Amino acid sequence: MSDNSVIHAEKLNLVFQTNDGSVHALKDIDLTINKGDFVSFIGPSGCGKTTFLRVIADLEQPTGGTISVNGMTPQQAREARAYGYVFQASGLYPWRTIAGNIKLPLEIMGYSMEEQNKRVEQVLELVELSGFGKKYPWQLSGGMQQRASIARALSFDADILLMDEPFGALDEIVRDHLNEQLLALWARTEKTIGFVTHSIPEAVYLSTKIVVMSPRPGRIADVIESPLPKERPLEIRDSKEFLEVAARVRDGLRAGHLDD
Amino acid sequence: MMKNLIAVLTVVFAIIVIWYGAAYMMNKQWTLDQAERAGTTVTTSEVFKDTMAQERPQLPAPHQVITEIWKTTVEKKITSKRSLIYHAGITLSSTSLGFLMGSLLGITLAISIVHSRAMDLSVMPWIIASQTIPILAVAPMIIVVLNAVGISGLVPKAMISMYLSFFPVAVGMVKGLRAPDTMQLDLMKTYRASAWQTLFKLRLPSSMPYLFTSLKIAMAASLVGAIIGELPTGAVAGLGARLLAGSYYGQTIQIWSALISAAVLAAVLVMLIGVLQNVTLKRMGMLR
Repeated sequence: MSDNSVIHAEKLNLVFQTNDGSVHALKDIDLTINKGDFVSFIGPSGCGKTTFLRVIADLEQPTGGTISVNGMTPQQAREARAYGYVFQASGLYPWRTIAGNIKLPLEIMGYSMEEQNKRVEQVLELVELSGFGKKYPWQLSGGMQQRASIARALSFDADILLMDEPFGALDEIVRDHLNEQLLALWARTEKTIGFVTHSIPEAVYLSTKIVVMSPRPGRIADVIESPLPKERPLEIRDSKEFLEVAARVRDGLRAGHLDD
Repeated sequence: MMKNLIAVLTVVFAIIVIWYGAAYMMNKQWTLDQAERAGTTVTTSEVFKDTMAQERPQLPAPHQVITEIWKTTVEKKITSKRSLIYHAGITLSSTSLGFLMGSLLGITLAISIVHSRAMDLSVMPWIIASQTIPILAVAPMIIVVLNAVGISGLVPKAMISMYLSFFPVAVGMVKGLRAPDTMQLDLMKTYRASAWQTLFKLRLPSSMPYLFTSLKIAMAASLVGAIIGELPTGAVAGLGARLLAGSYYGQTIQIWSALISAAVLAAVLVMLIGVLQNVTLKRMGMLR
């Protein structure tokens, strides 16, 4: 466990008790995420990638092992507002404008009016939505709504950004564009990002570290440190290195499935 | 628009025709009896004419009711004890007060039920049980008991309205306050929002469509409650009193005009809530 580790899990286990018996959602997860990492979690449904993100966020309770976030328990980290969380659906309130939606966490956290307005402008600019603050969510496209929800998660400037398939509901072209924007945003803000996806190109394109997971029980099949440079134009997806990493991710996913 | 108007007018016309037919059938016997007693014979057209103009018909014809309503609204001073507007005003005041108290009680109960499992388990059954008691049996007791402790006039009647109107609001708002999905509640949790913040910023705004639907039902229930509350007060004033007085003296025309007035009053009140609902939900972006 190095000094700049932000999230550290050891022998983490989570067993859900359901009516059909117990489900081993996470089994012996060992993982360290360092400051400034962009970590993707990829795997088929039921592999526990979302569950792991929710454990980090203190939205699920592990049943065994240890996990620390910023050197604290997940609960302490959540209460210290250590992370911003982006869900698959934007979850914007229809009765608030885009600016009003971004202010929601700021109001709850007790920021001054002046500070709220300042931060709204800042994060709108970060997600390239300047000038859309007065619009209502229904006036924006799906991609823009999702960007607004990222702005909302960034508004209180937490060091960690947790994203649960944020672009899963969007089409390929919009998705490429948002991936590019997300990389630029990550470079500017130097946040630590945990990103759940089921798209191999998306995971390889975005990440410095790719965690391949497999289901029943949910566990880590492979952890890949990306050899790609930090500067990544979209064309990098045709490079030899990119395709090699993608092939390794695919192998990891296949190995997980063979166990069935 | 034109098509709708034609459909509406057709239905109204059909109701009026059926009403006239029923009035003729039900009032015919009295006319025939009268003629028999007088030893005269009457033609069908004479019978029909008479059934439309009896003083105490079994079922008054529509125009009789309309004339009566006209006479007791437009042609009477509002301060007169025989003015329907005066009586409707009395009923409206206890309806409004009862509706207000009932809605507040319903919303308060719903908030506590949503936030406390103990309340959910302990209070909800009583709320449902309260509505299985026939209000006609309870109303006189409420009036008498409150009178014994020195409360009379508007408040006891409003209490009966409240008793009927809090229920739809409580049940509707429990559903409304639980309308936000897990994701939205999780999001509030990631902000470390307090229960109050979640209530005011998420649960209450999300519950608005449910609130207005419940309020419409509560308004109608309040009016019924107010009328029932006026029955055991010795038939002094209000639409309920007009109904009771009418039935004492066999004044069917008076009964029917009070009934129609109550229906019109209810329709107007519910429509007002509907307008408020449209404006609010549109402004909140929940109607698109």
